[in-house]
Amino acid sequence: MTGSETPSAIAGNAAGSARNGQDNPNDRGDTAVVRTGIAGSRRILRLRGLIRKETLQILRDPSSISIAFVLPAVLLILFGYGVSLDAEHVPVAIVVESPSNDAVSFALSIANSHYFSPRLSRNRHEARAALRRGDVQAFVVLREDFSRRIKQGSGAAIQVTTNGTDANTARIINGYLDGVWQVWLKHFGLARGQPIVAPVDVEHRVWFNADVRSRNFLVPGLIAIIMTLIGALLTAMVIAREWERGTMEALMVTPVGINEILIGKLVPYFALGMGSMLLSTALAVWVFGVPLRGSFLVLLLVSAIFMLAALGLGLLISTVARSQFVAGQVAIIVAFLPAFILSGFVFDITSMPSIVQAITHIVPARYFVSSLQTLFLAGTVWRIIFYDLLALGIMAIVLIGLTRRMTKKSLGQ
Amino acid sequence: MWDRVRALIIKEFRAIWKDKRSRVVIIGPPIIQLLVFGYAASFDVNHVATVILNEDRGLPAAQLVARFKGSPTFNIVGHIGTTKEIAQYIDPRYASLVIHIRDGFSREIGAGRTAKVQMIVDGRESNTAQIILGYAGRVVRTFNLHWARTHGLKDPPATVVARAWFNPNLKSQWFFVPGIVALLTLVVTMVLTALSVAREREAGTFEQLLVTPFRRIEILIGKATPALLIGLAEGTVIIAVAYFWFAVPFRGSLVILYSGLFLFLLAATGVGLMLSSISRTQQQAILGAFLFVVPAIILSGFATPIANMPWPVQLLTLLNPMRYFLVIVRGAFLEGLPLSTALQQLWPMAVIALVCLVSAAWLFRHRMA
Repeated sequence: MTGSETPSAIAGNAAGSARNGQDNPNDRGDTAVVRTGIAGSRRILRLRGLIRKETLQILRDPSSISIAFVLPAVLLILFGYGVSLDAEHVPVAIVVESPSNDAVSFALSIANSHYFSPRLSRNRHEARAALRRGDVQAFVVLREDFSRRIKQGSGAAIQVTTNGTDANTARIINGYLDGVWQVWLKHFGLARGQPIVAPVDVEHRVWFNADVRSRNFLVPGLIAIIMTLIGALLTAMVIAREWERGTMEALMVTPVGINEILIGKLVPYFALGMGSMLLSTALAVWVFGVPLRGSFLVLLLVSAIFMLAALGLGLLISTVARSQFVAGQVAIIVAFLPAFILSGFVFDITSMPSIVQAITHIVPARYFVSSLQTLFLAGTVWRIIFYDLLALGIMAIVLIGLTRRMTKKSLGQ
Repeated sequence: MWDRVRALIIKEFRAIWKDKRSRVVIIGPPIIQLLVFGYAASFDVNHVATVILNEDRGLPAAQLVARFKGSPTFNIVGHIGTTKEIAQYIDPRYASLVIHIRDGFSREIGAGRTAKVQMIVDGRESNTAQIILGYAGRVVRTFNLHWARTHGLKDPPATVVARAWFNPNLKSQWFFVPGIVALLTLVVTMVLTALSVAREREAGTFEQLLVTPFRRIEILIGKATPALLIGLAEGTVIIAVAYFWFAVPFRGSLVILYSGLFLFLLAATGVGLMLSSISRTQQQAILGAFLFVVPAIILSGFATPIANMPWPVQLLTLLNPMRYFLVIVRGAFLEGLPLSTALQQLWPMAVIALVCLVSAAWLFRHRMA
């Protein structure tokens, strides 16, 4: 195979210039320049060879390509269409113990809300059994004296019982029922010609995400998960395999320097990660309608720095682990799961206990998720982006530097 | 037969155990994960960074602000004077909520009309935004009730009295910590089994194993048992930590919980061995395991309810063993799950386990051709 068939576009440029240098040594000027020129071009040549080897390895293995392109697409579709924190058509049971006008009008208000899909239960026992079986998420009891207490003005109770196991859904249901109650109160007052005046009424303004769509919040953060998978998990596995098979040691005894080996490994996976980032961004914006309000160039910059940090983490894991089994486990535990749970991707960081909040500061994905959410939904807010870039840059340098040191040291043993 | 199988199981255990690093990754991290995630995975919102923009000089406005100051949920981080300053707090996330009380608030409320208060919330985290608005609404309702009582207004004709079964304080932690039992045991078992066959295939020893007198069922048992036992042991530790450390109440039966855990791990082992038999290399096996584990976690109801998913996606979740085990583990902890509901979850896991294990055994040999 000749250089012109190099499959990677990135390798292409380096390849072209390197080949020129090699093929026409007579074109160069005086000898001193020739010497440094040859040394430089050799390095580029070696690097080119390494990058090409890695690229071919990626292209030949269907599992790398699946992780880089199939998994992101699957995840985006799942998060874009499948997963939502916004409950709708919640099954609830309604018990009307005595069908007075007031009780029936409240039951109808619940039925008219698209948040609920209600069913009537004959009595409390039936409703309780349905909740216990999981057939309904909540039940509402309007007691026998509902109407009488309203007439007496002694305050009737609308008893709402939710299944608290899923606390978040229970809270959402309570919120919806509060909404139903307020609408019912308004109609109740109007029907009697004596409108009920609430002293204070709340107007909501949700900035950056006016419809409060959970998709707009989840899809940008997902890019961090996808790039973590490629940078940390895939890279850790691939390089651990080289250690396991001894090909890494073999590579070390060649004239290739450590820096070149590391760069040779980094470049193809960097390209793979950025490629899947672009794919994810395109899907997010054009398929799922997530707004991209910040600068695309800044998004590219932050992603590139994050990719370096993730690659650094992957390299470090593989260098420490030395076997695919251990590298896989460690990558999941220190890279993937924290990116999922400790990054602010789903769970709010400021609500975590302070020790856990402190731990999130060493998770690279935390800074990237923060930048992604801001760049997509709010815009280029430099006060956030600058801080995130700084943290990611430091992490990338530390992780890659550590890998370099560990690689040297371990060979000295 | 049993002697041979026992020898094989011992060999598999040794393969995992001989390496100090692999021993460490099996035991240490899951415990640390459980502790960190047990505190981190939560939809509860507290210390909401709040900024007050109060343009009204009257007493009622000050009383409303005082209610927010007194609430443990809200943490007032600043007072601003103009609407222009709102963006300076919300954009860089210095505050998640701005409470804007306009001039004339006290006049309106004093005159018996409805006064408006505006809540501006950062929507970047949509779920948090909704919860914040819910909490803020509750503070305003309490204020309203108090105002009505002290100013001789009529009480509303009916009020909502809400309570929650199984988790009266609606602690998210009680929901997530039992879920972590499923999450971590799934990850560990899948990785163990996915690599078990692939490692030997890569080394070429699997072919050797196939030409020995071992029958396929014996190889299957030999490969499945260690992962199953390690998964059960790890599950036990996590369950114990959930009960003793996180004090999640346990109201169900241990027999149901362990039947669920066993069948769940069996199903996970089946999927893992199947993937492992298809894979040519360890890398393919672990990435294959990933292609299964990640969607399995997302489509299990671990963080987002299955009921919120569109109908075709809900159908897809029926193939996911984790979905059934989550019902069992959460039910066993919080609800004291009745046997009938448990059985509805147990049999699908048994079917998934059976199908996957049989396919894996078939693939052991047929993958070679």
